[in-house]
Amino acid sequence: MSDTNLNQPLVIAGNSYNSRLLVGTGKYKDNVETQLALEASGAEIITIAIRRTNIGQNPGEPNLLDILPADKYTLLPNTAGCYTVEDAVRTCKLARELLNGHKLVKLEVLGDEKTLFPDAIETLKAARILVDDGFDVMVYTNDDPLIAKELENIGCVAVMPLAAPIGSGLGIRNPYNILTIIENANVPILVDAGVGTASDAAIAMELGCDGILMNTAIAAAKHPVLMASAMKKAIEGGREAYLAGRMPKKRFASASSPIEGTFF
Amino acid sequence: MIVFINGENQQIDSGLSIEKLLEQLDLSQKRLAVEINQDIVPRSEFPIHILKEADKIEIVQAIGGGSY
Repeated sequence: MSDTNLNQPLVIAGNSYNSRLLVGTGKYKDNVETQLALEASGAEIITIAIRRTNIGQNPGEPNLLDILPADKYTLLPNTAGCYTVEDAVRTCKLARELLNGHKLVKLEVLGDEKTLFPDAIETLKAARILVDDGFDVMVYTNDDPLIAKELENIGCVAVMPLAAPIGSGLGIRNPYNILTIIENANVPILVDAGVGTASDAAIAMELGCDGILMNTAIAAAKHPVLMASAMKKAIEGGREAYLAGRMPKKRFASASSPIEGTFF
Repeated sequence: MIVFINGENQQIDSGLSIEKLLEQLDLSQKRLAVEINQDIVPRSEFPIHILKEADKIEIVQAIGGGSY
């Protein structure tokens, strides 16, 4: 089998995606920058939030959905800012209505304003309700392997452990937990939150992650469009390195050139 | 009569449908979802769903967002 056949598409809820980089659409300077960064990232799945319409303000302002064509992107509504099961479930139902029955959602139920860590207990409750209501749930969680497995058992289509707090850019804080989650999983595991730069993304992919969701890492870079491009490459590189099976680490040197034939 | 729209008191005529309200608010052309008293009203019902006194109306749309 050729080496290149090892690199298969990402499959979530029965749909295939070539890009393993998922991108949020928040925090950009304006719609133009959002579009350019998404383009450069190569992302196919992008997250959107559901919020009250500003009535009477900016009547001519283009709706986000107008500049993000549904035939080009898979929209992933999230429950950003929800601290309760009720709010998260309401948000998902509104998103489904807004997007004409679209059932793929990203669930997050936050527990703490400073760290934005997920409330694991409420997340489990919300996941059960949403899965029972027919949603395909991709779920943001902490890096506890037991919670991750339980979310999979509930029926979530993908589990998304954080690398570090949302918007912190700290990179993978707990690689061995992420590794354990990946090893135990029968659904895609995507790192969500905390990635800061390209090497963080590559490290996540080298652990065996199926994909990465990021927003701040790109939007808050000095040059977001360039960072989007960097992330695209880092994720491709990290994935290939993982599939290639890295060499073992050794304590001592191992020469690369033969001894025979030396003329000195 | 008074209703609540996105958290604010508003005075509107009795007997208004959601469709008519959205027209009045200049929101007819927008991709929106509407919830009344925490129940979603499908778009197909906008012309026939008549608003009542003290209805709590939420009008929402998609915006850019990552997590939080």
